[in-house]
Amino acid sequence: MAQIVCENLSLGYGGKTIVENLSFSVEAGMYLCIVGENGAGKSTLMKALLGLRPPLSGRVVFGDGLEKRDIGYLSQQTDVQKDFPASVREIVRSGFQGRMGFRPFYRREEKERAEKNMERMGIAALAGRCYRDLSGGQQQRVLLARALCATEKLLLLDEPVSGLDPAVTADMYRIIGEMHRSGVTIVMITHDVREALPAATHILRLGRRLFFGTRDGYWCAMKRAREDKEARSAWKS
Amino acid sequence: MEVLIEKLAAYMQFPFVRYALVVGVLIALCSSLLGVTLVLKRFSFIGDGLSHVAFGALAVATVLQAANKMAVVLPLTLLAAVLLLRTGKDTKIKGDAAVAMISVTSLAFGYLLMNVFSTSPNVSGDVCSTLFGSTSILTLTKQEVQFSVLLSAAVLLLFGFFYQKIFAITFDEDFARAVGTNAGGYNLMLAVVIAVIIVLAMNLVGSLLISAFVIFPALSAMRLFRTFLAVTVCAAGLSVICALAGILASILAGTPVGATVVAADAAVFLLCSAAGRMRGGA
Repeated sequence: MAQIVCENLSLGYGGKTIVENLSFSVEAGMYLCIVGENGAGKSTLMKALLGLRPPLSGRVVFGDGLEKRDIGYLSQQTDVQKDFPASVREIVRSGFQGRMGFRPFYRREEKERAEKNMERMGIAALAGRCYRDLSGGQQQRVLLARALCATEKLLLLDEPVSGLDPAVTADMYRIIGEMHRSGVTIVMITHDVREALPAATHILRLGRRLFFGTRDGYWCAMKRAREDKEARSAWKS
Repeated sequence: MEVLIEKLAAYMQFPFVRYALVVGVLIALCSSLLGVTLVLKRFSFIGDGLSHVAFGALAVATVLQAANKMAVVLPLTLLAAVLLLRTGKDTKIKGDAAVAMISVTSLAFGYLLMNVFSTSPNVSGDVCSTLFGSTSILTLTKQEVQFSVLLSAAVLLLFGFFYQKIFAITFDEDFARAVGTNAGGYNLMLAVVIAVIIVLAMNLVGSLLISAFVIFPALSAMRLFRTFLAVTVCAAGLSVICALAGILASILAGTPVGATVVAADAAVFLLCSAAGRMRGGA
């Protein structure tokens, strides 16, 4: 059984359908990249997976020991966060919130795990610093460390490198790759196909030319589409 | 200086002055704690909107000649709080516009009711004291004080108990929701608590000045500190100090209580801004 199975999803908002009849599944250990043009429904799909916005029809089923709250999430930055007075440590620890029920304080092992996750993301030295004083790349690492506190099973990343400079971007992909190798399932929305795809195991393409399959399969399909197009234009001329 | 202290000591003999201090400090404490969350969630105007609703509700209670005005004002304000916090997502009218709309409507409606169905010889005096609080904090009964103490204690307990949750949904509601925190439930709790504080604070500062209680301490603290805990503690401290200083000053100088406290809050904000800037770009 896969960790997430999507059956015949239709997605949209404001009375408009963007994605129709989408079916795919996420297995443990996958590194799935979701690509597609702007407005193809990538973020809407992610919200449906997280249960933030229900799909218009179809369903999302969790399995393989995965529950809804086992999904860690790296969102795009919100306006609220840009000038938020909070230390790195406060934010990373808040990843545990979902599993705490009504318990008001963090346990010692939770605090220790938070410190470990900060070390893993290379931000241990920043623990006492204010979030809004950090660079974009550092902020993303803080949010990743928080997501790791929430779960070690599956991470959903929504454009984790948008707005980062090339060196930091490469670093970010290295960290995500390391997490994948340590057993975390990765589902990532990305724009930046050339940098992101080599590490992926599977691709989901939304919008025109819907595709779901392995990365190699995707490259073949893209190549074929390109050749078709060339052949067609050659034929016309 | 000695004259002043003697004068204060003389005033302290009166129970109504002690009541005013106790209630003032408690309200300042509660509203500043919630203020941090409201300011950060971009809901600063909710306090203002709700206080106008409370004004309208008070007018209704006055016209109905309700024995216990709180019994009318509190539920109506609670309802408005729940409705207002629900806006912002999935609604046609955006958050700020909804707040503005509701607040002016209830203000106009309340004033209209008070004028048309007036039972008092001095309508503009009544309206003025509801809007600006004038001296009503000095006429609190023992029961009202007990009620305020009880409600403030409840607010403080809730805030302490759910502090970490409040932080999580303030910083990133989507993430909190995604990992299984019942963000909707906590938002509802916040709305209820805010409404309770507003209704309590109306006695002290009147409905026009309440948002100052909610936003100033949080904004001042954010100039000085950079972690959520420090900002929360500092906001609470500043708010209590301003309330104490303002109430004492108003007693000594014979100025309106609410306006004096708000003036103190504004002065502290200016000081904190200057201090923050000197320390380097807050």
